[in-house]
Amino acid sequence: MTSDLDDLYQDVILDHGRRPRNFRKLAEATSEVEGLNPLCGDHYKLYVKLDGDRISDLAFEGSGCAISKASASLMTSALKGKTIAEAEETFQRFHAMVVEGDKTKAQGLGKLAVLQGVCDFPTRVKCASLVWHALDSAIHGEQKPVSTE
Amino acid sequence: MSTVAGTLSIGARGEPFDVGRIREDFPILAQRVRGKPLVYLDSAATAQKPRAVIDAVSRYYLEDNANVHRAVHALSERATAAFDAAREKVAGFIGAGAAREIVFVRGTTEGVNLVAQTFGRARVGAGDEVLITAMEHHSNIVPWQMLCEEKGARLVVAPVDDRGDLVLEELEKRLGARTRILAVTHVSNALGTVNPVKRIVRMAHAKGVPVLVDGAQGVPHFAVDVRDLDCDFYAFSGHKLFGPTGIGVLYGKAEHLEAMPPWQGGGDMILSVTFERTIYNRIPHKFEAGTPDMAGAIGLGATIDWLGSIDLAGAEAHERDLLAYGTARLLEVPGLRIIGTAREKAGVLSFVLADVHPHDVGTILDRDGIAIRTGHHCAQPLMQRFGVPATARASLAFYNTRAEIDALVQGLGHVREIFR
Repeated sequence: MTSDLDDLYQDVILDHGRRPRNFRKLAEATSEVEGLNPLCGDHYKLYVKLDGDRISDLAFEGSGCAISKASASLMTSALKGKTIAEAEETFQRFHAMVVEGDKTKAQGLGKLAVLQGVCDFPTRVKCASLVWHALDSAIHGEQKPVSTE
Repeated sequence: MSTVAGTLSIGARGEPFDVGRIREDFPILAQRVRGKPLVYLDSAATAQKPRAVIDAVSRYYLEDNANVHRAVHALSERATAAFDAAREKVAGFIGAGAAREIVFVRGTTEGVNLVAQTFGRARVGAGDEVLITAMEHHSNIVPWQMLCEEKGARLVVAPVDDRGDLVLEELEKRLGARTRILAVTHVSNALGTVNPVKRIVRMAHAKGVPVLVDGAQGVPHFAVDVRDLDCDFYAFSGHKLFGPTGIGVLYGKAEHLEAMPPWQGGGDMILSVTFERTIYNRIPHKFEAGTPDMAGAIGLGATIDWLGSIDLAGAEAHERDLLAYGTARLLEVPGLRIIGTAREKAGVLSFVLADVHPHDVGTILDRDGIAIRTGHHCAQPLMQRFGVPATARASLAFYNTRAEIDALVQGLGHVREIFR
């Protein structure tokens, strides 16, 4: 087995992919956004409950690969209770780590750092960032589905 | 006499099919990917090209490039002759009655759109029905959906059973008084199902319904004779037939093509233009506005020549062996389920592996140099029918080997190790 595969499919990711946290419908959500990856068929619905400028709850449903599901699971766990500004800062850091490949950004991302291996798999970057774009759309009050294409 | 027949059946080179020899004709297959020999199992997405085709395209640009059907100079004459010859070759290849029944398009998708937007538009009205099947590629769904929306017509879908076979009785039931056209795939790109097209055409014609066949996955796997099928239209893509990208074919019965309005307007599709009135060109030129993909058409002609040089019957038999071997080997993999087990299949092994998402399967196989397709294969309604969001698909061509199937099975072992 090659080592970059080990980096991609770390135990934490496999665990969150298999037993995603916050994987449910959130009846009291203040906003719901769909995230679609039309190429591979990943399809999620993200529920966000905003309390003023604070994300008081966050959950998701849907189907997709281990990477997209783990990313959604880790994201919802990390951002629950955070302010919008904090969530945006985390998104920027995550984006820099996964999309731009700046692994120094992994520091300060806590558990989300396990997704840094994704940047070595260009075809999978969209999987990892899908639900983050849905969140971005949700906290900016847009209800329309986001797509990776 | 038997010698003559034997020689013909094994192609112009007179060599019986030998996969090792055939692979030598495909330079791209000799490479290593991520340190491993490339195992290309994605030919249903696009097939690799033999050197003869690459050379023909390159020779065209190096020696003959000029616009066709326009100028009186030597290059244009050569380019026109080669372009027209390619059309003749295509007509012969699929058994069309005449070269004028061959319209060059960009690919299958454009062929279907052309028929929907001309033949379909003229024929389908409010309250009418367009019949398709549950196993169609998006390119044989969406153009009809757009037409139905525009006309206030209804898109009717014939179901498939759990194996992935069309339910013919159900299809027949749906051929009604309002059915204006039936569009059906020859071979399902996602399941590999080979549809009994000849029988389906007979069924439809008995009700006066014309039939368009999506042949994108048909021609790469077996000989097609459009007159024997008696279909009204047959569309396919060059690039899935070991030919260049950007060129495809729409076959249409001359009587239909003559009656159809033109599609796009421009040069080459006209006889004369004044601001008051334009007289359209004869078929097939009426449907070929603008400078065509000359290199593509000539490359497609070279593809057909190359196919004629090999033992195609032997190639077909080899592919059948691969499919049977691949099916048996895949079923040895614990947790693997094959999606699409139709009675008659061609070239496609679609599967899901336990709870591992196909996308993850694809990434891990890629690290072993194995190229497969993962996703919904542009057939989302079909995926819904089988209750899976996506599948992993290994698709075969005659240049694949049993050893490559073995590599795939071994790669799936790695997937299982990671997702243990």
